[in-house]
This record gives sequence, C-alpha cells and structure tokens, in this order.
Amino acid sequence: MSARTLPLVFVNLGGEMLYILDQRLRAPIASEDTSDKGVWSERDRRRVLNDVTATLFGPSFVDELLKPQQLYSHRTLKTVLTRLAHASIMRLNPASMDRLYELTTMAVKHQVLLCPRPKDLLLVSYNHIDAVRDFVRDSPAVLNQVDQAHRRIIEVYSSMSEGELQLLRQTLLVFFQDMHVRVSLFLKSKIQNPGNGRFALPTSGPVPHGTEVPGLIRTFDRRGREVRRSEFPPGGSYSRPAGGGSFGLHGARGTLLGTNTYAANRPEETLASRASAQTGDAPNPLAKEELNLLARLMGSMGAQDGAGAEGAFRISMFSPDDEEQEAGTSKEAEAFEVISIQATQVGCRWSSHLLSITRTKQNALMLKAAFVPQPVPSLFCILHRQRDMLVFCSAQDEHVASELAQIAGQFSGAEEQAENPCGNKGDDLLAMMDDL
Amino acid sequence: MYHKEKSIQIKNSASALYNNLSVLRIAPRRLTYFTVVHANVVNMVSASWDGLNYSHRQLQSKEPNVATSTSLIMQAAFCVLPSRELLVITSQKGIQMYESDGSIMVYWHALDTPETPSEVNYVPAQAVFARGISAVWENYICVGVSSGSILVFDVPSKGSNITLSEVLEEHKESITDIASECSGSQQCIADLVSADDGGNLCVWKSGEEFQLLNKIPGFDMSCSSVKLWKGTVVAGYGTGQIRLYEAVTGILHAEVNAHARWIYSLDIAPFSGLLLSAAEDSLVRVWHLTVSQETNSVEVAHLHNECVTDTQICGARFCDGDGYAFAVTGYDLSEIIRYTQT
Repeated sequence: MSARTLPLVFVNLGGEMLYILDQRLRAPIASEDTSDKGVWSERDRRRVLNDVTATLFGPSFVDELLKPQQLYSHRTLKTVLTRLAHASIMRLNPASMDRLYELTTMAVKHQVLLCPRPKDLLLVSYNHIDAVRDFVRDSPAVLNQVDQAHRRIIEVYSSMSEGELQLLRQTLLVFFQDMHVRVSLFLKSKIQNPGNGRFALPTSGPVPHGTEVPGLIRTFDRRGREVRRSEFPPGGSYSRPAGGGSFGLHGARGTLLGTNTYAANRPEETLASRASAQTGDAPNPLAKEELNLLARLMGSMGAQDGAGAEGAFRISMFSPDDEEQEAGTSKEAEAFEVISIQATQVGCRWSSHLLSITRTKQNALMLKAAFVPQPVPSLFCILHRQRDMLVFCSAQDEHVASELAQIAGQFSGAEEQAENPCGNKGDDLLAMMDDL
Repeated sequence: MYHKEKSIQIKNSASALYNNLSVLRIAPRRLTYFTVVHANVVNMVSASWDGLNYSHRQLQSKEPNVATSTSLIMQAAFCVLPSRELLVITSQKGIQMYESDGSIMVYWHALDTPETPSEVNYVPAQAVFARGISAVWENYICVGVSSGSILVFDVPSKGSNITLSEVLEEHKESITDIASECSGSQQCIADLVSADDGGNLCVWKSGEEFQLLNKIPGFDMSCSSVKLWKGTVVAGYGTGQIRLYEAVTGILHAEVNAHARWIYSLDIAPFSGLLLSAAEDSLVRVWHLTVSQETNSVEVAHLHNECVTDTQICGARFCDGDGYAFAVTGYDLSEIIRYTQT
C-alpha cells in the first residue's frame, strides 16, 4: 500500500531498541566472554548507543530508507535490526535478538494503534528521535547526523495529507497484524489485556485535534442557518483536545506515545513472555525485491567486521534462566523444521555427508551428520553469498578451514553441484547471518 | 434495542481498512454471505439463516495465471445488479470480479502503473491501488483508483464480457468510497456519489455517459465512507463527523459530532432509514434518518450505541434492508460480531 513506511518503521523500532539497550546495559549482566561480570561502564554503554545511533541515522542508510519502498516481511526487518544492534561492541545471541524484536514491535504496534489521528504518528516518531538525541548529546558528530536525518524526514512527511498518513498507518497495522505477544511492562501498566493480548483502547479522554467531542446533532435550513440542536449519549467520557504538538525539529510533542517508558522501570520488566501467536509470516521464499532491499540496506550500513569482532562482548540480554528452560524443553520437543542438504564434494580431501539441519525453537541450527564414515572433528559451512548456496563439508584438519574459504570464492564460476532440495532458502541465508 | 448474537469465526483477522465488511443476503437459499479482507486475502463466509451451517472460502488477489503475484487488498464488496450479483475485489495490482459465491473469477483489470524509469525496482512514491466499489443502475460497476479516477465497467447480464466503458476524471485525490441508490428500474436524479481523501464529494447521474451533477468540496479531511439515500448524501469523515447533504444542490442538512475517532464505515437500511456508523473509537452507533422530500428537510435521531471493547472497528453493515440485524468487524479480530433487534 503506502510506499513511505520504512523511515518511520526504522525510526520507531530503532528508537525502541535503543531505549531497551540503554536500560538493559545499566543493569548488572553476566557477560559470557569477559572476565569481569559486573555492570557495563558508562563509557561502554554510551559507546554502544552512539554506534547504533550513528548507523541508524547514517546518511546512506537514511537515503535507502527514504526511497519509496513496499514494506516487506518481519524476517527482513529483523535481519536489518540485528545488524543495527551489532553495529557496536555488543553481540546479542539469537534468543535475545528475538525477544528484542518482539518487544520493539509490540511497543510500536501499541503506539501506531493508539495514535489519535494519523498525523500523530509523526509526533510519536519525533519523540523517539528526541530521546535518541539525548542519548548521543555528548557526541557532536552523531548528534549532527540525527539532526540531518530528522530534517529530511520532516521534509518528506510534512507534505503528506491526513488521508495519505492514514494509508501509511493502515499499512503498518497490516504489518503488525495478529501480534499479541504479552509484554510484562504493558501488562503491569494495564496497557495490554493478559487474557487476549489486545491493547486497551480507552473510551474516554481528550479527542484528537480537529475532532469535536461526540454528542451533538445540528440541523440546518436551506440557507445554512442552524435550526436545531440535540444531544445524544456518547457512550464514553470525552473532553476537548489537549494542547497541540510540534512537528518541527524541536519542541514539545504533546503526546507520551513514543517516549522512553523503560527509563523509569526496572530491567526485569522488559521480559516478553513466550510468544503465544506467532506472526503470520507467509512461508514464501524471500522475494527477489525483498532480497534486493535487504542487500541495499545492509550495504548502506557500512562495514561491520572492523570494530566489532575483536573486542566484542557477547551478552545474553534477557534472563538466562528463561533460555535454559527453553533449551530443556526443546530437546524433547520436536524440531521446528528439518532441512536436508546434500553437501558438495570438493576435491578429494573432503568427505561429503548427507547432513540434516534442524531448527530448534530458539531458531538455532543443530547439525547432525546422518552418515559418518569417519569421525567428524569439525563441521564447516560456507555461505556463498552470490549463489544463495550453503555448502557443508567436514574437514580433517584445521588449516584446511582457511582453504575452504578460498574455494568458496572460486565457486562463482563453477557449476553448481550442491542441491538445495527442499526448505526455505531465505530462512537458511538469514539464519546464517545471525550466527556470523 | 439490539442485543448481541453468536459471532461468526473467520479464518483470519480483519485488516484496518475502510468499509471492511460486505454482506449479501440470498433470500431464496436462506443464506447470507460475508466478506472480510485480511492483508492479501478475502475471507468469505456463507452462513445459513438457521445458524447451523457455515462454510468458508478464501480468495487471493492475483492476476490470472501468474502464480507469484499477490498484493495487498484494499476492499471487497458485493455488487447487486438487477440481472446478477458479483463480488468485486480491489487491490494494489488491479480489480477482480467474481461470481458472488467466489467460485469463478469473471474479470480482471490491471491498474496502470506510472511509466517506470530505468531503475529496475522502481516504486512510485504515490501509492497505487483501487478502492471504492459500487454497482449503479442496471449494468454498471464503478471502481475508484488512487489517482482519483473512477473506472466505469459495463457488465452484461451474464458471462464475462465485461468492458471498461468510461473513466471519470474529476477527483484529484485518492478515492475512498463510492455509493449509489436506485439500482435497477427506479429512476433518480442522482444515483451515484463518490468520495475522496480530501473529503470532496462528486454526485453523478449514470448512463452511457456519466454526468457530473454536483461537486461538494471537502475540508482537507478524508471522507472514508459515503452513502446515498433518498437524494441525500450521508458522509463519514476522519474527524468523526457525519454530514448529510442534499446531493444535487450540496446544501448541508445536518452535521453530527458522531465519533471521537476516524469513521471507518457507514451503512443505511433503505426500507427503514436506519443509519449505522462505526469508528476507531470502538463504537457502533445506530441512527434514524427521516428525509422528507416535500419539505426538503432531513432529521437525524440517535437510537443506540454498541461498544466493542478494545477494538478499532473497520466494518459495519446491516444484514437486511430493514436494519433488523447488523454485523461488525474490527482490526485484529477474527470474528464477525452480530447484533439483532430485540
């Protein structure tokens, strides 16, 4: 429908993500790799927020977002948000990323749903931008990027009519449809009903700007003069609209939707309970346009490997007990998806096996060799980006691993020998990106 | 005045789209069809009047013989003509017409997308879609387009030889809804009204060449739903107001501060003059209209409210011409809620 959703989607989802990161990084966290299990230093926290913000509001990324696009699937969005989150010294494991995605999408769904009028969607987005500005207030370069991006967004959206903004909002609502993940923070503040996961919609309070308080019927004569007034029971208690909000670069926005609700709350309250209704992701392979968009967005985010890899802190953002419980149940539980891939025989040094890959409930990949003629010390998989191909080989010794990588590059000219019979190519591609 | 009946469960939840419920009453077979749009799928339910039998069907919006193309659907509506009944589905890609039971597609019309420049994955900044569906007079079906055009299709009494007869270019903003009255033999001065995202209303007389009778300007506020009854245009707006205009002259008869949020659906029961309005504020309201064509006056009286808790309503329709029963759909709700007069 609307081709203008992406910038607002990323500002709002990205903003929510930064709120959560900010809050969780203040909490004492057991970090897997570092020796000191303590609180993240103020400096490191600021660094994470700066790095993520700089990527989210980077000019080339914003360029891509502002191009008219259809809004694609949750999978694509989650991939880009994962990369955003990893644009810093922090590494989130897939389970944490899943939770983070659920929390941020439910928060934005709530904000979009409760917008009194479609134009208020901009105020919500600007609330996010305002808060992000505050996070990076000590870094003038990043602050400047945020301001630039904000200006460009204002330019694009201030000329949109209410009808066009409503279409945009309706497009977002289709995207968030059927998501009813219970969020403990929302349940606690009675924003969400525990029974059905629906958001509470009040039938009282101020009406939006431009709307009159319901209850009045006026009748006119042929000359336009009012001849009668009558009232009817509105079925709710409404009041006149509150003060307006600013649609400019600065100023009070006039709404609490989109502000940082996590700041006042303790970290435990950002838990999302296990999703009851999965988002209705149609099981189509990733559409070509979608892959193209993904490639462009990732490309515009700049090189990821440099700063990240060495000093990377791997953290499990949400309660480790939760995950262990899940790990326990998933061993017994049936695998979510089984994909069989025939590995390619490359040269005479590798042995080829028929491997099965099972996706567990945490979206991790469990590899099991079905036929093992000899011990399998390590399994390597190579993701060949251009050919959408996964090649699994077992290698006898370690130094061979580096040669595998070289050979992957030589595949560009070679005949495709691997078969990727069933299963979802897009799924594999993205799952591998998570684990890189 | 009304009480809630047993809801009908549907396969998917309803999407937040204007006028997202269509009802067709098939008296000879004692059945009622309901359609609700969910993203790129139309859920059809056929409900027997005794409440014992329900059958479901899903229709996707796609070009015939093109497996991979589906697009988001904007609206699905039954069109009742004297000779036949069709189900029309409008989407980002085009317009489909089915036999009323959804069994066979009889016509597909692709929307013109603007000339694409060299870039391969060009997407126009302005959204392209079709929205606003109405049958009019003996043999026309009118469908609105995001550009503001209205496509007039000539529908034969049977078969699939449907042709595009005319394109009405009067609106400059996206069409939101189209409505008619006097379908069939009854003659009216004005028999069609169209509304757009700017709140502008156009009143037409149908025929081999449609005639524009009047243009009622809007106030830059979208008119999401419109109805025509006894020469009166009833229009619902994003501000939550309902306005009643005399179609041919544009004189404002009445203005109702009806809802606290955007109105999504209006319906009129033509035999009784009952008006149904539904909005994002979770409320459905029933009104009574009295149109006196001799004194040229219109009166609006409020009769009843129903609140669907925690739901933004997107569709509301009477199930019969007297307004004895009505049905409601809401965003994210996988049921059609029904109410009947006590």
